[in-house]
Amino acid sequence: MTDIPVEKISPTEGDDDVQMPALLGPWALMWRKFRRHRVAYASLWVVVLIYLLALFGEFFTTTEIGETNVRAPFAPPMGISLFVENEDGSTDFQLHAKGLKLELDREAMRRTFVEDPDKIIPLGFFVEGYAYELLGFIPMETHFFGPKNKRDRVYFWGADRLGRDIYSRIIMGTRISMSIGLVGVVVSLFIGISLGGISGYYGGWIDNVIQRIIEFIRSIPTIPLWMGLAAAIPLGWPPIRTYFVVTLIVSMIGWTGLAREVRGKFLSLRNEDFITAARLDGLTDWEIIWKHMVPSFSSHIIASLTLAVPLMILAETSLSFLGIGLQPPTVSWGTLLKEAQNIRTIIQAPWLLIAPGTMIVVAVLALNFLGDGLRDAADPNAH
Amino acid sequence: MPLIQMPTDPLVEIRDLQTHFFTDDGVVKAVDGVDLDVHANRTLCILGESGCGKSIMARSILRIVDAPGRIVNGSITYRNAGGETIDLAKARHGSRALRAIRGQDIAMIFQEPMSSLGPIQKIGKQITETILSHRPMSKAEAKETAIEMLDRVGIPKPAERFEAYAFELSGGMRQRAMIAMALSCQPRLLIADEPTTALDVTTQAQILDLIAELKDEFQMGVMLITHDLGVVAEVAEDVAVMYMGKVVETGDVYSIFENPQHPYTKALLASVPRMGAKRQRRLPAIRGMVPHPLARPSGCTFRTRCDHFMPGICDVAEPPMIATGDSRAACFLHTEVAQDG
Amino acid sequence: MLGYVYRRILYMIPTVFLVSIVTFIIIQLPPGDYLDTLAAELSDSGGLDSGTLEALRDQYGLGQPMYVQYWKWITGILFHGDFGLSFEKNLPVNDLIWDRLGWTFAISLLTLLFIWAVALPIGIYSAVRKYSVGDYAATFFGFIGLAVPNFLLALVMMYVAFKYFGQSVGGLVSPEYIDAPWTWDKIVDLLKHIWMPIVVVGTSGAAALIRIMRANLLDELYRPYVVTARAKGMSEFQLLMRYPVRVALNPFISTIGWILPTLVSGEIIVAVVMNLPTTGPMLLRALLVQDMYLAGSLILIVSLLTVLGTLISDLLLAWIDPRIRYQ
Repeated sequence: MTDIPVEKISPTEGDDDVQMPALLGPWALMWRKFRRHRVAYASLWVVVLIYLLALFGEFFTTTEIGETNVRAPFAPPMGISLFVENEDGSTDFQLHAKGLKLELDREAMRRTFVEDPDKIIPLGFFVEGYAYELLGFIPMETHFFGPKNKRDRVYFWGADRLGRDIYSRIIMGTRISMSIGLVGVVVSLFIGISLGGISGYYGGWIDNVIQRIIEFIRSIPTIPLWMGLAAAIPLGWPPIRTYFVVTLIVSMIGWTGLAREVRGKFLSLRNEDFITAARLDGLTDWEIIWKHMVPSFSSHIIASLTLAVPLMILAETSLSFLGIGLQPPTVSWGTLLKEAQNIRTIIQAPWLLIAPGTMIVVAVLALNFLGDGLRDAADPNAH
Repeated sequence: MPLIQMPTDPLVEIRDLQTHFFTDDGVVKAVDGVDLDVHANRTLCILGESGCGKSIMARSILRIVDAPGRIVNGSITYRNAGGETIDLAKARHGSRALRAIRGQDIAMIFQEPMSSLGPIQKIGKQITETILSHRPMSKAEAKETAIEMLDRVGIPKPAERFEAYAFELSGGMRQRAMIAMALSCQPRLLIADEPTTALDVTTQAQILDLIAELKDEFQMGVMLITHDLGVVAEVAEDVAVMYMGKVVETGDVYSIFENPQHPYTKALLASVPRMGAKRQRRLPAIRGMVPHPLARPSGCTFRTRCDHFMPGICDVAEPPMIATGDSRAACFLHTEVAQDG
Repeated sequence: MLGYVYRRILYMIPTVFLVSIVTFIIIQLPPGDYLDTLAAELSDSGGLDSGTLEALRDQYGLGQPMYVQYWKWITGILFHGDFGLSFEKNLPVNDLIWDRLGWTFAISLLTLLFIWAVALPIGIYSAVRKYSVGDYAATFFGFIGLAVPNFLLALVMMYVAFKYFGQSVGGLVSPEYIDAPWTWDKIVDLLKHIWMPIVVVGTSGAAALIRIMRANLLDELYRPYVVTARAKGMSEFQLLMRYPVRVALNPFISTIGWILPTLVSGEIIVAVVMNLPTTGPMLLRALLVQDMYLAGSLILIVSLLTVLGTLISDLLLAWIDPRIRYQ
């Protein structure tokens, strides 16, 4: 008992005061906690990257998405090679793809693509390609990566049955698919917060009615319902209108969950002392809601929103895949997957399934991880 | 001087017990070298502020400390009815030997009778479950025993309450049910972890009386953990005062209350209002705050708040536990006096 | 308990009413009158009897106010079991749908069982052995399961099955058994096929349930009552099963309420991909050709059965959780 273990002498020896950590605001604290969640932090960058792709889509494409090529139906993905062999036998560094040529497979009596070793397509960064308008108003012809010769065609992720470049189409599909998630979330945010807030703040019979409606929407199978609604969209509608209606339809799922969460928060906050104090200070309901209640759970809302985006992306994809959401020529991940609807096509050209499928899974996964990390970071009680 | 006459062998002998929590921020030494004897047929009160490790110490005896807590050193020797001893601190987690002692030899009741009872299981089921896991009885016999027990702890209409759920009972009734469950196998030691904290004052007194009564009836040892000096005064025979994971003073209740030796015990007693005392000055409070568990002061842990802090002595070494006055205390004031005299 | 049952059934009535309204709106959504379409269909296949047309016009209340049409439609269903005509097939809806509905529900229920069988043990393991390799694997599987849309999973599995195992894909039985009577061989053949839609439809639900079970159980594992049970001398397995798992099971059972709609939704979309003889392909086809009475009936019945399933799950929950029952 008398011997003194070494570790008993602590570094703070002598000072009576408890060391106070530097005070951080709630958002800074949340950010610090979020940064520690490595998967979520990495996912944030993936999500940022995907949205950049969506925003500057044309810059990253190699071919116009509508451009067909009769010589390349179902062309397989091309690899990118690093070195070319010169005629004298030396090798030079030159990014390039190998050209493809059609050959008749006499046994199968089918035409197949084989690599054409003589045809080398040099590739480079910031190359000249088709003309487009960046962000819709900056005329440009430069593309991030592609064939150096404007007339060459490369298919990094293969081509579809009309010889259209899957790689470019997926990049452009990102814009539609990711923005539907975003716009849908804004719509459900609006409905969710309004109804959830009213429900939770006022309670009573209004709460009851809204809760019944939410329960109703949650208790019916959504897919057949959306199918019914989406099928009513006339085929002749302009794509932009179809786009907005589909967005509205998919946002029908998002808001119920959000409204429930907001309601729960309102219910628990309503009886908190600081709200009572604000009320005693004579603030109006509106001021209390926006100055005191919403800020205290806005971090949660952001997390739930992030988690709602992938749900909407999946909903859009499913509807378009079934052929009752967005219609070609609108390019979204869902309409791209529609090309891979039957097993024979998939066997002939698996990249039609794999490439957009991978994009969807990566996007949804990243958004889910991000939302999860945000939710953990926003929760002051999480360990 | 004549110490209290102790029965020969203590039920539980705790020696140099150290239970530490390995958290991400560092090692929290919740229990840091506790020596304690618990005797049959006596009530020992463990007194201390919240966070002093008294609860973790008690849980260490039954080995029910949750991760990341772990006993890192020391022994907890339990002597069973046959006189055999077993070191509970070394027993394997979840071993049969350990389980046989839990609930049968040593039982425990907790602070929150609501959350400590299974929420969706019938009270009766929870009691018979205990009986059946320790006694070779049929279900019907176990039920009979359980109803007897419910009756014994003063629950009206015990046969009806047997079928009740925890949320259907009042706080006091729940704690009685907890006690019935704990005593259903007639344990030799009952550990009560702040059993009355969550109850109102009237119910508190009833529960304390009940525990005292049952202690005499079953001749069992009682270890009662509390931060409430009133509870100590009411039921304790022996007292151990804990501060920051250590026992700083032990003795029988009279010596502790009338002649406290450790500055912490003195300060604690001084901070309690007394009936009939003159209103002269503010009620003294203990200076400062309990240090952060990760920033333990060197030497004597109480020195940062002690009025008798002696630089060069108290911050250098840990004071040993020595007999002084009518009790034993760990303070250099007494070592110095002893050496000088 | 009985009071709770009545109350719960009473709550169901507005929901059912809302379902019928929404379905009716969907039926009415496509432009044009149902009979116009029918007339066009019939004139293709031959003459059109104006008497029949009038009779139909009267039967469905066409041309009259909406609420009259709704009333005629809903009473036809309620009192005569008449769901109207499928004008694509020119047959009563009744003759077409019940087989397919049966399969949809058989698959949905089997999927529910599959989900429980998978999610319960994995969820418990994941919570009890938090941060173990197994837990990380389960978490990873959970995220993947939620991220892959089930039609995509169906396509991938069909591709893998075809390419690497040479299995015939699509349908619930091999082509040679489709119209064959039920024999042992046919049942075996059915089992060889049915696991795939079940796994495909169930994956996302199982992934969600694993995470829910894990979170719930983690909430319960460190509750004081678990410590009490441990202090009583129960073995770890016994106390785990009797206390925290038992409590964590409640939200689990209540998940039938929301998982059933998702399963039915998922089944419908997977059925289209896998070409199963269930409601999915029929509904899609009906919607695409705007055979609205057929589509509406399918939506109505599928929704009603789901509402019923939710009711059963709520009653089940009240049965196992006294706290709900006594409220």
